[in-house]
Amino acid sequence: MVQFSEDKLAKVNEIIAHYPEGKQKSALLPLLHLAQENFGGWLSAETMDYVASLLQIEPIEVYEVATFYSMYHTKPVGKYVFEVCQTGPCMLNGSDHIIAYISQTLGIKPGETTADGLFTLKTAECLGACGYAPMMQLGKHYREHLTKEKVDSIIAECRTAATANN
Amino acid sequence: MGRKLLLEKAHVEGIRYFDVYRREGGYRSVEKALKTMTQDEIVEEVKKSGLRGRGGAGFPAGMKWGFIAKPEGVPRHLVCNADESEPGTFKDRYLMEFIPHLLIEGLIVASYALGSHDTYIYIRGEYAWIPDILEQAIAEAKANGFLGKNILGTGFDCEIYVHRGAGAYICGEETALIESLEGKRGNPRIKPPFPAIKGAWGRPTVVNNVETLAAVVPIINEGGEEFAKIGVGKSTGTKLISACGNINKPGVYEIDMTISVEEFIYSDEYCGGIPNGKRLKACIPGGSSVPILPANLLLKTAKGETRYMNYESLSDGGFATGSMMGSGGFIVLDEDQCVVRNTYSLARFYRHESCGQCSPCREGTGWMEKVLLRLEKGKEKLVISICFGISKAKLKATPFVPWVTLHHGRWLLQSVILEMSLNGM
Ligand SMILES: Cc1cc2nc3c(=O)[nH]c(=O)nc-3n(C[C@H](O)[C@H](O)[C@H](O)COP(=O)(O)O)c2cc1C
Ligand code: SF4
Ligand code: FES
Repeated sequence: MVQFSEDKLAKVNEIIAHYPEGKQKSALLPLLHLAQENFGGWLSAETMDYVASLLQIEPIEVYEVATFYSMYHTKPVGKYVFEVCQTGPCMLNGSDHIIAYISQTLGIKPGETTADGLFTLKTAECLGACGYAPMMQLGKHYREHLTKEKVDSIIAECRTAATANN
Repeated sequence: MGRKLLLEKAHVEGIRYFDVYRREGGYRSVEKALKTMTQDEIVEEVKKSGLRGRGGAGFPAGMKWGFIAKPEGVPRHLVCNADESEPGTFKDRYLMEFIPHLLIEGLIVASYALGSHDTYIYIRGEYAWIPDILEQAIAEAKANGFLGKNILGTGFDCEIYVHRGAGAYICGEETALIESLEGKRGNPRIKPPFPAIKGAWGRPTVVNNVETLAAVVPIINEGGEEFAKIGVGKSTGTKLISACGNINKPGVYEIDMTISVEEFIYSDEYCGGIPNGKRLKACIPGGSSVPILPANLLLKTAKGETRYMNYESLSDGGFATGSMMGSGGFIVLDEDQCVVRNTYSLARFYRHESCGQCSPCREGTGWMEKVLLRLEKGKEKLVISICFGISKAKLKATPFVPWVTLHHGRWLLQSVILEMSLNGM
């Protein structure tokens, strides 16, 4: 069952208090971020229903928002999600080659997850790092000026972190 | 070297923290504004400065502030637009990451001028590490009496909250941003009513870009007239330009708007020229929504005059032979790049980012993407007439101000013609 811990619930109430009284739906985007971080990196129907109950809104109001924004995953994803920017300025600096290289190295196409559940590859649209292209988002941070060597070391870093966590 | 108003102190060690920022003269504008100026005087000062919105449209900031409705007993809000999703643009990120207190300082002054007691920063969700930086700056400002209740003993109360988006370009459009702030899908609203009358939660709201709000600090410190002396014509003050694509020194530059485009691209102070001595082919000077220009029309206007990095000069020639300052996202293409391929990738971007509520945009952006891909692969011959068709259909069909559609239909056409003419077709 999905359920926030006590201190996360305190955080939820703090977020709701940022908005005018009775307008608690405004907290939906921040709460979905929090839920996604806490419940396995994606938003299941159960998670979304739980968020709806916290905000006293209809589940459909959550579903329509969760499916609109590209950062919310409505299907399970790997432990590490590589979101590689493919828009104009990144493309001018070789993002297509980086995507192809990751694809080949991990043996998955954009949108897919490796069989061990470790990596998901996604293409992304401009992430506001065009001067540091090619780049990708990995978790909370950006990895910029990507090269094949850098990609290799990021993959190795993730594998090491995953082993350490197990 | 040009005058710097925003980034002058960005490299001072520790400037991210309140103590250093304050020691360097930070928060003086809050003291001056709250203790010695009325709300109207601040708006007047911003009007005098000639400051134009830095989010893309270039609308005079003081005039916008003057429009805010003040119905009795209804709260008003200031919302800072930190959505920054226009391809080529990464200047607001730089400002927030390196000198966050400058934004917070500008926000406090602007909140006072507009009477906003609850002010929001709407930041794109992907900038996931920046809210921590901003929230720390807010907490420090509050601990030092510059935010919260009874700021500096003046009786003015103000809180600033950071609201993270979740990945949607269209949420940079101010009414979509407001919808998103209210916890909904980012579908733009029909205007009027404008946000200044009915914005967030139906209350009068002003939405301003990060850079616009940061510029309020030097305007209050030095006076609107001093600010207006920098730059040229209606391009007053300084402008942040994020430069990218095929250049030696991509990055964020603060320029006073008197330098030429040529100097900006080739001087070592700015972009440092094009790698490997390649030739300049084309450039999108103000973010992906503005028209692309071939090298000859970029460096000189159609009349043969030098083109400068300011609002007037960049738009000289309109959409036919000119472009726009836009959001300051400067994208350079060298001689090896294909304009059609670049435009294809931007069309894909707009297809992905269409909110989908107007059918010409929802369908048209997808068509543009397909047509451009076919053209790039050499499979499309009738493309010109198809493009004309798309842009005309869009002009007629949609009830919204169809930025994504109308604008991009034209710009797509221009790009295709450009590549063909560069190839001698
Ligand atoms: C499709 C679209 C996307 C936009 N994206 C942004 C953005 O990312 N950041 C921004 O500040 N303004 C953006 N704008 C402009 C805003 O609607 C609004 O004009 C601006 O935030 C006003 O602030 P300013 O007057 O300080 O520039 C966008 C407009 C449109 C039509
Ligand atoms: S023009 Fe496109 S992005 Fe704008 S409101 Fe219509 S469908 Fe949405
Ligand atoms: S185009 Fe990739 S970050 Fe902007």
